[in-house]
Amino acid sequence: MFFAVLQRLGQMLFVMIGISALVFLIFFATPGSDPAARLAGRNASPETVEAIRKDFGFDRPLPVQYVIMMNRLFVTQDLTSFVNRGLRIVPAVAQAAPVTLSLVAGAAVLWVVGGILVGVVAALARDTLLDRGLMVLALIGVSMPVYWLGEVMNLVTQSRFHDTILFSWVPSLGYKPLLTDPWGWFKTLLIPWFTLAALYIGIYGRVLRANLVEAYQEDFIRTARAKGLSPARVMVRHALRTSLIPFVTMFGLDFGVLVGGSALLTEVVFGLNGVGRLTYQALLNLDLPMVLGTVMYASFFVVLANALVDVVYVLIDPRVRES
Amino acid sequence: MMPPDLSKPASAASEAASASDTPLMSARSLVKTFTVGRTLRPGSGRTLHAVDAISLDVFPAETLGLVGESGSGKSTLGRCLTRLYDIDGGTLTFEGVDITRADARALKPMRRNVQMIFQDPSASLNPRRRVRDVLAEVLKVHRIREGAGIEQRLLELMDLVGLRREYLDRYPHEFSGGQRQRIGIARALAVEPKLIVADEPVSALDVSVQAQIVNLFSDLRERLDLTYVFIAHDLAVVRQVSSRVAVMYLGSIVETGETDALYARPSHPYTQALLSAIPQPHNRGSRERILLSGEIPSPLDPPTGCKFSTRCPQAQDICRQVRPVLAALSTERQVACHFPLG
Amino acid sequence: MTFVEKPILLDVNGLTVAFATDRGPVTAVRDVSFSVREGEILSIVGESGSGKSVTLLSLLGLHDRKTTRVNGMVSFRGRGILDLSPGELRSIRGREIGLISQDPMTALTPVYTIGWQIAEQIRAHERISARAARKRAVELLGEVGLSNPQEAVDRYPHQLSGGMRQRAVIAMALSCNPALLVADEPTTALDVTVQAQVLDLLLRLRKDFGSAIILITHDMGVVSEVADRVAVMYAGRIVERGETEAMFESPLHPYSWGLMGSIPPLAGPRLARLKSIPGMPPTPDRIGEGCGFAPRCAFARAACLERPPLRKIGTQAALCVLEEPERAALRRTVLSAEELA
Repeated sequence: MFFAVLQRLGQMLFVMIGISALVFLIFFATPGSDPAARLAGRNASPETVEAIRKDFGFDRPLPVQYVIMMNRLFVTQDLTSFVNRGLRIVPAVAQAAPVTLSLVAGAAVLWVVGGILVGVVAALARDTLLDRGLMVLALIGVSMPVYWLGEVMNLVTQSRFHDTILFSWVPSLGYKPLLTDPWGWFKTLLIPWFTLAALYIGIYGRVLRANLVEAYQEDFIRTARAKGLSPARVMVRHALRTSLIPFVTMFGLDFGVLVGGSALLTEVVFGLNGVGRLTYQALLNLDLPMVLGTVMYASFFVVLANALVDVVYVLIDPRVRES
Repeated sequence: MMPPDLSKPASAASEAASASDTPLMSARSLVKTFTVGRTLRPGSGRTLHAVDAISLDVFPAETLGLVGESGSGKSTLGRCLTRLYDIDGGTLTFEGVDITRADARALKPMRRNVQMIFQDPSASLNPRRRVRDVLAEVLKVHRIREGAGIEQRLLELMDLVGLRREYLDRYPHEFSGGQRQRIGIARALAVEPKLIVADEPVSALDVSVQAQIVNLFSDLRERLDLTYVFIAHDLAVVRQVSSRVAVMYLGSIVETGETDALYARPSHPYTQALLSAIPQPHNRGSRERILLSGEIPSPLDPPTGCKFSTRCPQAQDICRQVRPVLAALSTERQVACHFPLG
Repeated sequence: MTFVEKPILLDVNGLTVAFATDRGPVTAVRDVSFSVREGEILSIVGESGSGKSVTLLSLLGLHDRKTTRVNGMVSFRGRGILDLSPGELRSIRGREIGLISQDPMTALTPVYTIGWQIAEQIRAHERISARAARKRAVELLGEVGLSNPQEAVDRYPHQLSGGMRQRAVIAMALSCNPALLVADEPTTALDVTVQAQVLDLLLRLRKDFGSAIILITHDMGVVSEVADRVAVMYAGRIVERGETEAMFESPLHPYSWGLMGSIPPLAGPRLARLKSIPGMPPTPDRIGEGCGFAPRCAFARAACLERPPLRKIGTQAALCVLEEPERAALRRTVLSAEELA
């Protein structure tokens, strides 16, 4: 067990070093472009470019450049944005991360609960009007672009009906830190949570329904029913429990990617200064140090989520435990 | 040897007449291993001896039945004989030519002479190709017929396996299980092979259909002078088609012998137990059943000494220490046992 | 063995099961009638698609009520199974009728231990502590011949061999001491030496627990080994039923004759050819009112297109137009043809 965990951690580290090397190579070792000039950003003076070249050792071999870059990014943490000088990369990412985490974690709770509810109810009511209605709703959830849904929500809650009793509680856009203002945090994020979760409730509900319907064809479900168990128990303890494995896989991937910055559209629509927005702005300005930082941050969460999924596998599937 | 008996199938008699001393195919100390549970860690994974130093001859015009329970290695042996698997040790010759390590090019003449039939023919039939295309392709690849000869041969094949000629233009899914197996047989016959290795060819079929295919195997052997290696777990079916039988247990042959004699008087305790375990409608209640304890041990961790010693009712100390070799008990019988039954 | 003195446990009368499909309703089981006495082993034998498994599921009320129409009468201990409410049905399932499935690989939920699954069934029907249920599970596993029940109770299904798993399934079916066990091809997925052990176990359990058993199988050998009475199913109907001894001695229905002739014998003179049945079994959507076997029957006649009559001879009964003495004469020709072959 200890060895397996160690092995897994080693794999994580290996993957992250690989990603950092890849990103480094793409941005700094692409032939035909001067890395110092790219790093300096648009309209930089020749002096700046020269200073950067010296600073980052771009006149030295690639591996040395890579080590210098990683050292400045993670160890000394003095790598700064070249668009907004004085903005250090790591602290900037660290400041944006809680916003994204709050947004995605809350939405994740909603979509897991919602997805399971939709999937289970639809599977139980298979081939009835309720089932079909839920599936159509899920499809609508999947089809609505998140920025559009977000804007509609804003329109409704922030302007049109803001003064009605229904939405007067909705605060103006922006983020309130959880530690200093928990209630404000909750209120500002509630609408974004629902907006982001709508798509995933749709996807997860549909996938889970399909898995459950398939599970009901299995022999062990017939055994469970023949044991005289109640339909609810057959559903929850046998069908749902065994259908959770693909569900967990999907969740791990989606959660990692979203925390890594893919919640960009939601962040933009609701004025949340999260990692997605940070990445987006860095890309717009060709702010390479910042891009490097956010990509590393994103890959960390994707890799971490995958590792967690593996741990959860071991918890929910005894067959995985041995191999 | 039993005296010639008119009630015995004609096939067995003709087989005895045509049996020659030079084997068509011959395996010596054949080994096939698999590595399981290997991870990135060096030295991980364990070696499974699926075929554990098996020596076996297949003589022209005989049907050699290969029986055993799951995990006995009978299917693996079949795939080694047809060289669908690479062989890890020992030698394999076909018509005197060593094919143990022959590459694809060197195997081509052998592939024409040795064909394999599988349990589930539909898995090996492309669902989007008509029977005609499946069979014609084989003829073209091996350049067996050309032009109008191809059509002629297709019709012959359909007649041989008892399918209506117009079925040539149907797709595999339009057939029942029994008919699909007939197509599988037709494809194997297309290249006019000398030896057919059939791996559980009837075990997926219902009894009434199974009997049809078993009869087809007998008929084809008569008409085409075929040699079969017939692999099955159903001992009654094997008795029906085979002239000689080899019984396998955990990757080894424990007994071989002429079919009727072996079934009537098994020499290995495993053969005896296996035969006694089969419920039989024809001799209801007329036999004593030997109930073996436990199940086949894992081939990853075979018992020391005789592999059957853990379940053998007759096992002595020596059985748990020394592995018996397959030795001739009489001209017709070989058995791997320290204490063969009388 | 006769069981005339024992009361009837299960009585099935005119059971008809139809499924709704895209191409309209398909009748998989037609007008099936049989009964099981207490402590008796009845074997329902048939090929794939004969309707034997569908029949079994109706006994437990396990068909999907939305897509399946079940008609007729299934009376278990005097109660009509088909008319029970879902709650009443659940109190019978597992407690009074236990199910043993075909493939022990898939019959158990992969994510729970054997002991957990047995205890779950016990606790579904009895007010009993988890600890006591677990203790019962250990006892049951010992009862069905697992060598180390204390350890096996905490094993997951994939950690057991096929034979051990089937024993665990049987232990679970037995856990509430049911009056009736229904076993759907319980040994088909097992090797012969293990099959022999499991059949032996079933016979011993019948003796020790007194449970009646309905054994569904395609293997005539298994039938002859364990059954007191046999029902032969073909194309959704029971074409012949009777006491095992008599049925194997002198089967009445031409399908039974064909079935017997299809099985290669394990001893005695070998046959040059097996007496196979030409053609193949019909799919349920192609079965009409007439005898389903008629298209493959060597003795079919015009009358076979109509609903076949039930003819009774001694303890046997067959759905066939053939009457004595013609039937006996035809049987003699079949037998002598087999011998000549």
